[in-house]
Amino acid sequence: MAEILGGIGTSHVPAIGGAIARHLQQDAYWKPFFDGFQDVRQWLQGQRPDVVVVVYNDHGLNFFLDKLPTFAVGAAPSYTSSDEGWGIPTIAPVEGDPDLSWAIIEGVVAEEFDVTSCQEMRIDHAVTIPLQLLWPSGPPPVRIVPISINTVQHPLPSAKRCLAFGQAIGRAIRRHPPDLKVVVLATGGLSHQFDGERAGFINPEFDALCLNSLADDPCRLTGYSTREIVALSGTQGVEILNWIVGRGILGGPTREVCRKYHIPISNTASAVQVLEPR
Amino acid sequence: MTEQPIPGTYLFDGRMARKGYALNKMCYSFNEARNREAFKSDETAYCERFGLSEEQKVAVRNRNVLALLAAGGNVYYLAKFAGIFGLSVQDIGAQQTGLSVADFKARLKSYESFNAPVNASGPAHG
Repeated sequence: MAEILGGIGTSHVPAIGGAIARHLQQDAYWKPFFDGFQDVRQWLQGQRPDVVVVVYNDHGLNFFLDKLPTFAVGAAPSYTSSDEGWGIPTIAPVEGDPDLSWAIIEGVVAEEFDVTSCQEMRIDHAVTIPLQLLWPSGPPPVRIVPISINTVQHPLPSAKRCLAFGQAIGRAIRRHPPDLKVVVLATGGLSHQFDGERAGFINPEFDALCLNSLADDPCRLTGYSTREIVALSGTQGVEILNWIVGRGILGGPTREVCRKYHIPISNTASAVQVLEPR
Repeated sequence: MTEQPIPGTYLFDGRMARKGYALNKMCYSFNEARNREAFKSDETAYCERFGLSEEQKVAVRNRNVLALLAAGGNVYYLAKFAGIFGLSVQDIGAQQTGLSVADFKARLKSYESFNAPVNASGPAHG
């Protein structure tokens, strides 16, 4: 049966893609951020997953506002990235795992999470940048299943719903017969806001509460409405919903393997965290 | 139920998604380089083609982010518009807050004293 080895949460700030393209990893501004991934890569090398389930939000590449699913599961044989309008480099197509995708779709719909299935799905920077951060020296040696959460157009799914959705995904993965090793990768956040007079808003106290709650007691986050999360974390900080889905996939109690929190990366309080089921 | 507004913050909800549809659809088209070029070569015609409202056309002409938001623009789509002019989210942030770009960046950097305590508060280290 498929086994879930652990989960990685990471920011997906577009500027990281630019820094990678320009080889700025040793630059004074970027070094503390990139150095924060050494422990994560070491952990990953020990785990050697077959598949990475990526929980993220699309930023207007695959989905437009004409048809915007709340929860969408990729079920494609491979996923391509593309021009997003402001110059981010693309990466080579990444192989999918349609068998696992459909096991997840069937499992969660059986639990009444009525997702949108996508046999074609372009992946944006919220998928490509984290993959580049985890495997900087070449194409990721894994297949992926991308799962997109609407964090763009309100009403957004509640934190409570996101945690429950993640738990259902986790059960579907663990029921999947092949002996696959699966790692969860949740991307976005932490606190940041691009729009409005409050642009540049960052809230380290709430970010710490989120990181600690994800590790110890994710239910603590389900008490917040999405509006309260926007107030506390910023209009784009609400991407923490992706992390909450990812945490749900891990299931019961977890152990924090490592974390690195770093402000600022572009407009964002960046973070990376690794959790293992225990 | 009346909810308290969040200062300086606008939720992109159904009301704004309806209002901003044409503007966001135009910005979505900027995913493709040939459309960015078409916009640059005849901005007025390009806005006409997408049926922008007068409010949206003026906001586009003035490159005014707060006005674009008020006209229903979603920031993820506006980022593609800003990309045409090589503007980053710091440039956009500075414009919306009335700060210089240097001051806006300095304000972000002023948060860095929080890095150590947040890193230390985790169960892996605490």
